[in-house]
Amino acid sequence: MKTTSIRDLLAEQPVLRDLEPADIDLMAGCSHNEVFAAGTSLAREREVANRFFVVREGHVALELHAPTEPLLIETIGAGDLVGWSWLFPPYRWAYDVEAIERTRVIVIEAACLRDKCDADPAFGYRVMKRFAHVVIDRLHTTQYRLLDLYGAGDVR
Amino acid sequence: MESGTLRRVTACVVLTPADRAIDELIGVFERRGYVVIGPRVRDGAIVLDELHGVVDLPVGWTDEQEAATYRVHRGGDRSLFAYAVGPQSPRRYLSPPKKTLWSALRIEGGFEFDDGVAEPPPYAFVGVRACELAGIAVQDRVLRDGPHPDPSYVRARERAFFVGVNCGSPAATCFCTSMGTGPAVEAGHDLAATELLDEDRHELMVEVGSERGAEVLADVQSKVSWRSATDDDLDAARNIITETTVKMTRRLDPVAARDVLISNLEHPRWDDVAGRCLSCTNCTLVCPTCFCSAVEDVTSLDGDRAERVQRWDSCFTLGHSTLHGAGSVRGDTRSRYRQWLTHKLSTWWDQFGESGCVGCGRCISWCPAGIDLTEEVAAIARENET
Amino acid sequence: MVPVMSADVDSTTTTASRRAPVGPMVPARYRVAGRQPEAADAFTIDLLPIDEPIDEPEPGQFTMLYAFGVGEVPISVSGCPHREGGVLRHTIRAVGATTRALCGLEAGSVVGVRGPFGTGWGVSAARGSDVLIVGGGIGLAPLRPVVRDVLADREQFGNVAVLIGARTPADLLFVAETEQWRSRPDAHVAVTVDAAPRGWEGNVGLVTMLLDRLPITTDRSTVFLCGPEVMIRVVARELVDAGTDAERILVSLERNMHCAIRQCGHCQLGPLFICADGPVVTWAAAEPLLEVRRW
Repeated sequence: MKTTSIRDLLAEQPVLRDLEPADIDLMAGCSHNEVFAAGTSLAREREVANRFFVVREGHVALELHAPTEPLLIETIGAGDLVGWSWLFPPYRWAYDVEAIERTRVIVIEAACLRDKCDADPAFGYRVMKRFAHVVIDRLHTTQYRLLDLYGAGDVR
Repeated sequence: MESGTLRRVTACVVLTPADRAIDELIGVFERRGYVVIGPRVRDGAIVLDELHGVVDLPVGWTDEQEAATYRVHRGGDRSLFAYAVGPQSPRRYLSPPKKTLWSALRIEGGFEFDDGVAEPPPYAFVGVRACELAGIAVQDRVLRDGPHPDPSYVRARERAFFVGVNCGSPAATCFCTSMGTGPAVEAGHDLAATELLDEDRHELMVEVGSERGAEVLADVQSKVSWRSATDDDLDAARNIITETTVKMTRRLDPVAARDVLISNLEHPRWDDVAGRCLSCTNCTLVCPTCFCSAVEDVTSLDGDRAERVQRWDSCFTLGHSTLHGAGSVRGDTRSRYRQWLTHKLSTWWDQFGESGCVGCGRCISWCPAGIDLTEEVAAIARENET
Repeated sequence: MVPVMSADVDSTTTTASRRAPVGPMVPARYRVAGRQPEAADAFTIDLLPIDEPIDEPEPGQFTMLYAFGVGEVPISVSGCPHREGGVLRHTIRAVGATTRALCGLEAGSVVGVRGPFGTGWGVSAARGSDVLIVGGGIGLAPLRPVVRDVLADREQFGNVAVLIGARTPADLLFVAETEQWRSRPDAHVAVTVDAAPRGWEGNVGLVTMLLDRLPITTDRSTVFLCGPEVMIRVVARELVDAGTDAERILVSLERNMHCAIRQCGHCQLGPLFICADGPVVTWAAAEPLLEVRRW
């Protein structure tokens, strides 16, 4: 049975396109695989954000805890990134991340990646561009959701 | 409180025989206008109810308690107080399960209040244990000593007379010694009695705790034989306390419990106990210090008369922590059990400067799942994850 | 019943003690002097006392309002009598049976009032510093007395900013008064909504967006913050991250209340009774408690 290396797994991820092969190598040095059972927690609000995830299989829910029940922000599935609070201080998760079903992720250690970005600014720039793209996409979809396009139209 | 000691007071007498002394005591109370409340056997338990004479007491009865276990049986001797506490405590009378606070009538242009509600009679509690007196003192801090005293509680409390009894038959679920609340009756009593019973005698040693206690005792002394307590009597009483203390096996360190629970709010043990707890509220019903209440505004069918009623509530109900009438903050058993235990043993200290638990052990006996809070605290302390 | 000599039993009142009810659970009667709609489901009710009035509330305190035959609910004071010409003002959102009943009362109706209860915002302690007031949704109601006190005593404070957020323009409270505040040169007032119809010329976006453009120095301010608990958390954290002292961020919390006098046990949040140790607490005290899920 052929086992795929972490490097190859990263290279497969659509969300990490635009990164050069050498970039993938660098990132692989900060990464490893993990599996989360359904209902387990990948991150908790206000916890130190010292890592982030690329979802390989399964999907996770981003939630904010509220007094009577958690508020679901959105879900993230295979091929997508989870977490960008590791990018800037105070490096704290903005919400809870919970596995909705059994979920395989690539875990990328944040300090490790930040150090590599600092050491190689060109690499750092490409990483930041990729992230900015992900964030912009996520922002657009969030804005469209706020328009309540399917709604009763109390806003119109 | 040093266990095994009895304060040597000048007004310490021995009444003979014990049963007649109790009978006369009940008579004295009735003549003075009290309703006498004390232990009675009913429905397979020793509950609190009205006493009209010594024959109403559980004469010769004893109890056996363990987690999820409560049994009573007749031992066959003449003893009057050879059992520990039952499911009820004086809280039932001082802070009744249901009381009307006020009622009002709709009138032209508004509403007006009716006259105040009738108050209950003064109660004389006979056979109260040290842990129960400690429980009453804890409730005093909540209901009487804050900035908004509960008027009906204050009134009931002022009028209540307490005849304490030093325990000679602790239950396996008792842990008053750890909590510093017993077994000797040392505070809060008007009179405190120790039953001295063996083949040769059945006497009641009584010490005075208040002026009105002295008056009542003087009244009883005029009706039964009595003598001043001798050194032998005092030794016998002291030995009873010592033996009771030694028999107590359960332990809880109130200060250590306070600290370990509050620093382990996400300990896996909470999940474990949540798998056993039925959220049935028994523990809060039998606890002498629990004070949660629900306030309900009710109306007559025609809508012209309204009443505000206060009744016992429990943090184990889902409704206890609802927000805006939609959803509960403590929506699962785990969070509700944690709330109960951390309040009772930890945050009560922040709120009232003491532990909320008096070590009576009722919650252990009366939990159908047999959950023992001393064991839960020990488990968390052992695998301390701070 | 034989009268007794000893003082231990007051036999004249054993069974039938009848006198007017007294105690902290008995409301004072007030008459509805005025009522006006504020937002789609919110009304401002003005009350004048019939019985002995309650003590003058401080901004941030609440009362228990009673609708005859329906029930009693905790409502923050949105206008203190000494600033409102003698009326006691509350702004109520109709979300349940009792609040709906209160919002439906005509002028002249009688309600019951108990209080005032709880901790106030402590506006005078903010003297000498910049003041930031952030209200989301119905959370602006308990903050209105703060704005009024600060603007009435304007020279006692540094820069003053008021940020108001709501779901839609139709959900904004105190619209006319907000315009008055906005027209003052000595106060920065910004309003934003989550969603708006065309024709709305104001901001659309989360209230945190307004934090960036403040003329106040957040790290030297006293902040008064009220709104949904999640909003409080998000805004408070952003302020702390920007350097504001968590001891100088005051928030108003909410829990289930029955008695409001620290005796029914419902409003507990850890060691705090929100009715007596709150509703106003510092973010420094509140944050660790709110972080514990379902406590």
